[in-house]
Amino acid sequence: MAKKTPINLRVNLGKLKLKNPVMTASGTFGYGKEYSEFFDINKLGAIVVKGISLKPMKGNPSPRICETPSGMLNAIGLQNPGLKGFMKQQLPFLKTLKTKIIVNILGNSVDDYIELAEAMESVGVDAVELNVSCPNVKKGGIAFGTEPFAFEELITEVRKRVKVPLITKLSPNVTDIKQFAKIAEDSGSDMISLINTITGMSIDIRTRRPRIANITGGLSGPAIKPVAVRMVWECSRTVKIPIIGMGGIISPEDAIEFILAGASAVAVGTGNFINPAATIEIIKGIKSYMSTEGITSVNDLTGAMRCLKDRL
Amino acid sequence: MLSVDSSLDPLLKRPISLHRWLGNGDFQLLYRVVGKGTDILSRRNPGDKLDVIGPLGNGFSVSRKHGEPLLIAGGLGIAPVFGLAETLHSKTPPLLFYGARTAKEVLCIDQLQSLGINPIIATDDGTLGKKGNILNVLNKFITQNPKLKDQYAIYACGPEPMLKAVSTFAVKNNMKAFISLEKHMACGVGTCLGCVVNTTKGHKRVCKEGPVFPVEDIVW
Repeated sequence: MAKKTPINLRVNLGKLKLKNPVMTASGTFGYGKEYSEFFDINKLGAIVVKGISLKPMKGNPSPRICETPSGMLNAIGLQNPGLKGFMKQQLPFLKTLKTKIIVNILGNSVDDYIELAEAMESVGVDAVELNVSCPNVKKGGIAFGTEPFAFEELITEVRKRVKVPLITKLSPNVTDIKQFAKIAEDSGSDMISLINTITGMSIDIRTRRPRIANITGGLSGPAIKPVAVRMVWECSRTVKIPIIGMGGIISPEDAIEFILAGASAVAVGTGNFINPAATIEIIKGIKSYMSTEGITSVNDLTGAMRCLKDRL
Repeated sequence: MLSVDSSLDPLLKRPISLHRWLGNGDFQLLYRVVGKGTDILSRRNPGDKLDVIGPLGNGFSVSRKHGEPLLIAGGLGIAPVFGLAETLHSKTPPLLFYGARTAKEVLCIDQLQSLGINPIIATDDGTLGKKGNILNVLNKFITQNPKLKDQYAIYACGPEPMLKAVSTFAVKNNMKAFISLEKHMACGVGTCLGCVVNTTKGHKRVCKEGPVFPVEDIVW
C-alpha cells in the first residue's frame, strides 16, 4: 500500500503563520464567544473580530439588515464597545484561545488608527486589520478606502508606528481595486484582505420605504462571490503580498475558488450566519479536495488557476 | 433559526418562535406563510429533515412575585403565548386577551379550551369576539376591574404596534409587563447585530438578550 502523504494546511502570511487558511470575516463572528458554543473555534486558522473604534459606537437604527436574492444587505454602523470595552470585556476570552487573533480597527483620523494599532500591538494580538472600507458610516472608514492619497497616508503612518502584521481590507466600491492593492503594498501593508461588502439598496414597494433604515447597506453572501473572485484574481496579478480572499464563501468549493484565483487564505462572513459550523466544514473540505487532487500543501493551490496564456 | 431548504435563495435561516415544547427534543412550530421562505417550508413533506439551531435567546420566564399571568397575543403571537400558557400549570387558568385580523386567523382555540382557558377575543372585522383592537378590550376590562392591576403581570407577543400599545398600557396602569419582540435576523446567535432594539441600556440583541424584554427597558 502506498504511504499516505500528509496534507499540509499551514500558510505563512508573512510573519503571520496560520495552521490553516480559514479565518472569519470581521463583523460576522462577534468576539468569538457566541460561536464557541457551536464548535471548537481553536481549530480556525484565525479569528478576525468585529471592528473596534477608540470610543464605543452605538451603530445605526433598525432595521439594519434585509435579505436579498442569495445575499443580504446590512448597515449595522460599526456598533462596538470601543477600545476600553474591548480590552476589558473581550480580550481576556480571546487570550485563552489557541488560534491567531486579528483585530479589525477603524477610526475617523490617522491618529485614531495609530492609537488603536499601538494598543493592539501592546496587548499582543497577532495582526491588525485596517478597516478602511465600511460603507455604512458617514464619517471615517470608507473615506480612507476610496481616496488614494488618504489611503496611502493612513497605511504609511500606521506602518511607521507598529511592527505587528498589518492587513488592509479593501473596498470593492472603487473603480479600480488594483490601484488600492498596489498602494497598500507600497505603503507597507503586510497583506490585503478583500472584498468588503458592495454598496447596495433595496426598497419595499408596498410601503415605498427603504428596507434598511440607513437606506443603503453593504451586500454580502453568495450573490457577490463572482465579483470577489474576480477582484482577488486582479489583485493577485498586481501585488506580491499575500491576499486574504472573501465575499460569499459558504462551502469548501467557494474557498478553493478564491485560493485558485490567488488568495493565500480565505475568510468566511455571511456563511457563518447560514451555518455556524461553516468554517470547520470548509477546513475539512479543503483537505479532502487536496487529498483527491493529490496536493500536499495548500500553498500550491494559491493562484493555481489554469487558463490560456493569451487570456492572461 | 430554521433553514427552509438548502438552496441559496432564501439564504438565511428564519427566526421562528417555539410553539410547543413536547420534551425529548420534540417541539412544534406554528407559522403563517408570508413570503418565499415560509412558502417553501409549507411544501416540505412529513419526514423531511430541516436544519434548525435553537432554542436561542431567553424566552418568557414567569415569576409569581410579579403577579398572576395575564397573556396577550396578537395575530401569530399566539404561537409562543400558547406555549407559555401550556407550561404555566396554574391552579386558576391565566387570563388571555387575543386579537387577530379576522376569525379565520384565530388559532388554537380548542387547545386553549382544553387547558381551561377561555380567551377574550377581538378581531379587526368583528367576525369573532369583540370588533376592534384587543388593547381597547383590555383597557375596558381593567377599568371595570381595577383591582386586577395589582394581581396580574402581562406577558405579550404580537406585532410591534400592539406591543408598543401594551407597553403604554402597562406603564399607565403601573403593571409589570414582558413582551416578546420580533426582528429580522441573520445569525440568531448574537454576532451579526442585525436585530438590535433600542433600550435604556443601549442596543440589545433581540436574538440573544431577548426576544423577551421588560417593557420599561424598551425605548420606542
